[in-house]
Order: sequence, then C-alpha cells, then structure tokens
Amino acid sequence: MRNAFCEAMVGVAEKPEVAFLTGDLGFMALEPLRDALGRRFINAGVAEQNMVGVAAGLARAGWRPWAYSIAPFIYARPYEQLRNDVAMHALPVTLVGNGGGYGYGVMGATHHALEDYAAVLALGGIRVLVPAFDSDVAGAVASILGQSRPAYLRLGLDGAPKDFERPPFEPWRRLIAGEAATILVCGPLAGGLVGAIRDLPQERRPSLWLVSELPYGELPEAFLADVAATPHLVVVEEHVATGGVGERLARDLLLRGVPPRRFTHRHALGYPSGRYGSQAFHRRECGLDPAAILATLG
Amino acid sequence: MHTNLSRHDLARARLRLLQMHFEAGVGHIGGNLSALDLLMVVHHELMRPGDAFVLSKGHSAGALYVTLWTLGRLDDEALKTFHRDDTLLAAHPPPAGLADVMFATGSLGHGLPLSCGLALSRKLRGEEGRVWCLMSDGEWNEGSNWEALIFARQQGLANLTAIVDLNGLQGFGTTAEVADLRPLATKLRDFGWDVEEVDGHDAAAVAAAGRREGAAPRAILATTTKGRGVSFMEDRMEWHYLPLTADLYEQAVREVRAAADLPSATAG
Repeated sequence: MRNAFCEAMVGVAEKPEVAFLTGDLGFMALEPLRDALGRRFINAGVAEQNMVGVAAGLARAGWRPWAYSIAPFIYARPYEQLRNDVAMHALPVTLVGNGGGYGYGVMGATHHALEDYAAVLALGGIRVLVPAFDSDVAGAVASILGQSRPAYLRLGLDGAPKDFERPPFEPWRRLIAGEAATILVCGPLAGGLVGAIRDLPQERRPSLWLVSELPYGELPEAFLADVAATPHLVVVEEHVATGGVGERLARDLLLRGVPPRRFTHRHALGYPSGRYGSQAFHRRECGLDPAAILATLG
Repeated sequence: MHTNLSRHDLARARLRLLQMHFEAGVGHIGGNLSALDLLMVVHHELMRPGDAFVLSKGHSAGALYVTLWTLGRLDDEALKTFHRDDTLLAAHPPPAGLADVMFATGSLGHGLPLSCGLALSRKLRGEEGRVWCLMSDGEWNEGSNWEALIFARQQGLANLTAIVDLNGLQGFGTTAEVADLRPLATKLRDFGWDVEEVDGHDAAAVAAAGRREGAAPRAILATTTKGRGVSFMEDRMEWHYLPLTADLYEQAVREVRAAADLPSATAG
C-alpha cells in the first residue's frame, strides 16, 4: 500500500498547501513524492515529537501537512504532540502510519501497532482511515483532503485476490452478500476473507462488511438489516479489543436495542506464544486467519 | 540601543500582574515576574505585522495576558476572570478563544517545534515575518527541544528566535541541581544556533538582541530573576507555587512602585 500511497500523494502534490514530513523513512518508495513536492517534502529526521509539532505549526499557518513513519512511531512516540498540538486545536494534520497491526511482521513487537486507532480515537476529533485495498488509498487521501480536520491514515498490505473487483473507497461497504452470518472487518484482513468466502457454497456464505473510517458515524441501515437477519455477528480487526471496532459496535447495538443473537469478536491478542514471525504468523496466533474466522461460523 | 518602553511601563505591567494574581488568589507568580519584561519587549518592541509569538513556557500565561492588556488586546473585565470558573484566561493558554494565543501550551517542550513549523511556513512561502518563542530554562530538560534545535538548523530557519527565560529555578530545585545544562549558550552554539546572552530585565538590551538577524536560528539567553521586583519572592522557589496574602501583596506593590519612582497610590 506504500506505493499506492506515494502515487496518491503525487496526485495531490499540485495543491500548493500540501507539505510532507517523513521521519527519515521512505527509501526506495517515496522518491517520486520527494521529486513532485520539491521543497515541500521535508525529511525531519528521526525525531517524531518535533515532526508532529512542526506539522501542527505548518497547519496553523494554513498548510495541509502529512507526517509519515512506521505506524507505532507516528502515533505513540509523539502522542502528546498529537493530543496537545494537533487534536486540541483541531488542526488538519494527517499522520500516516505504515504497517498497521502486525504489518511489520518479524521486525518485532516494537514495530507493530496493535492499539493505534484506540489511542488516536480516544483523543476525539481525529478521523481514522483504514484502507483495505491498494485501490482505496487514493480515495482515502482525497477524503482526508476533503475535510479540514486531523486524521490518521493506517496503511497495510492489500491481501485480496488479484481478480477481485475492488469497490471504490467508502466508509462502509458490503463486499459479499450472504445469509449464514454477518462479518464486519476493519482493514486489509478483508482481502483474505474475500478469497476464503468465495470458496464457500452460497448457502454457507456470510455477509461480509468492511468499515474503513473510524469513528464510523451512523450504522448503515443495510448493515443493521444484515445483523438482524443473520444468526451470528462476527467482528474482525487487527487491533486489540480495547477501544476497537468490536467494543464500539457492541455498545452501539446495545444502545439501539438491537443486540445480535450471537456475537464473536476476533482481535489482536499481542504475542500469545511469545514468539515472533510474519504478519500471517501473528494473525494465525490470534485466530485472525481466514480459516479460523470462518470456523467461528460453525 | 533603545527602547520605547519606559521603566514606568514595565512597572505598571508588573503591578497589574501582581493585582491579577492577588485577586485570583493563585500562585505561579514567580515565573510570571521573571518573564514579564521579556514579554513586554517582544510585544511592544520586536513584533511586526506578519510575525508570530509562541509562549512555550505556558505557566507564564498570566504575564502574557497582562502584556496583551498593556496592548489593549485584553481589558480589565477579562483579567478579572483570570483563574475563575467560566474563564478563557486559564492558568495556561487555551487552545481557542483568544486571537493572540496561537497554541495551548503548558506541557513543556512543545513551543519550539510549533515555532519551527510557523517559521518553516514563512520560509517556504518566502514571507518576511519572524517567529518568537519564549521558553523557560527548566524546559530544556525536554528532549523535544533538542530535536527542534537540530531541525531548525537543518532547515535554515533564520527567521526563528527563541528567547530563554533563564531564571535558574525549576519545579523542585535549581536548574543546576536538577539537570545542569550550564553553559547552555555553548550547547546551543554547538547545535549551530546564533546565541546572544543578555540581562533579561534590561529592556533595551533585550530589544537590541532581538533586532539583530543572522543566517542561523537565534537564541537569546536572558538571565532573569524569578519573582523579579518583589524582595521576598526573588529567587525563592516557593513562589513558583504560593498565592499572595494581603499584607505581602501590599508590600510587593510598595516595592515595585518605589523601584520605579511611581507615586504610592493604589495599584494599576
């Protein structure tokens, strides 16, 4: 998704208010953006607190600054700058975290971002965009620029089958229609699920919903209809349970008085075995691989 | 070297600051008294249209509010609300509601990176304005400032001036006892900044240092006295925290007036 992101940013580089800060990352990836932005592309060095403070200063002066790093380094290290400098002033700074969830795989725990959107959403007033497919990224970038608000863009790896026709970026999308259950997924986990569900016979297929913007606002009526019509609601996210989509959705359904008949939440569990590996390894450890998720449907 | 600010102007601001803190019954006055002269010089003598100011030492918000009062940007009614319920004038600057406050500060180590962003904006757009950032000395314990030092030099932010209120006291000890960075000037020069050292209560000297410009970002290290102008407060750490009693307030007013040869009428 990093290359798709670079392409999307090159596509908006002609907007004079766009500036881009990187925490010394992007080698062999962001060079086209550097060339497109010229002096507006700034390598701020390995200094994320300053980088986010600078971004807030730029935004206060009318810019649309983007600050980029590996996901944990862009929201956790400069968290107070995000809180005080960006969120308190509602400044339109966008933090871009590459490798959300277990995206950095065997790079290890310091490089994973398992609680990022809970931490960011807790501050209030920040939009979180979680593209699921490479083709989502340009739409997410356009959506961010369409509003003058702080944002966090969580990038991952598009895992959908090559022949899957990816629908245009929207906060809510139904990817597959089905009656066996309702699955709500956040982020690129959707790609693997699409592949696995397509292999199921029609009568065993769940309805697969994808949410790509948090907080997600009003629940779509069609989603609520699927929840009501199917026996089991499964929420899947590569993020800890605390502050994630599953907790939020359970609360919202209770507040509306429409609890699902059965509710399952699959989410990041940290490091159950204490061992490290690829993103796929960590997903399997948490029961986030497509086979394990579909097994919950019974 | 000259300044249009008279010692009477500075004394009146000091008296208004004492009155505001006394009426509010709150502390944090020591660091406000040390910073007040610097704030007055920056706002009355140095800032031009297109310039920006960031109060990185947010705990001197009271001195900023009084400085804005001397400029007619805040009135007595506003100052009366200082520290009270339903005020905009909280003990640290608010994120919204005051046109002259660009950023909520109070957590230390934020102002210099923010100022770098404002300075970078002007540089990228080819704009003239300068950016002024008032910092504390204890604040240099924060690592983000050292990140900003590197960044400002690397980006050639010659339009950025940090003024450091070197009052020598911080939260729970002297700066020398807690985290000794002396000599700070040497360290900042090693980071490629132009550094000038002045008496922070000599308005003409601060103004002259502020007017000079160079090719690198600038730091003005202004030696000040915490609690300046009030004998029982000067260099006493407890006045970072203590509120004034009526007797002490009257004594403080007498001392400030006498030092400036102001008649001993009521404050203001």
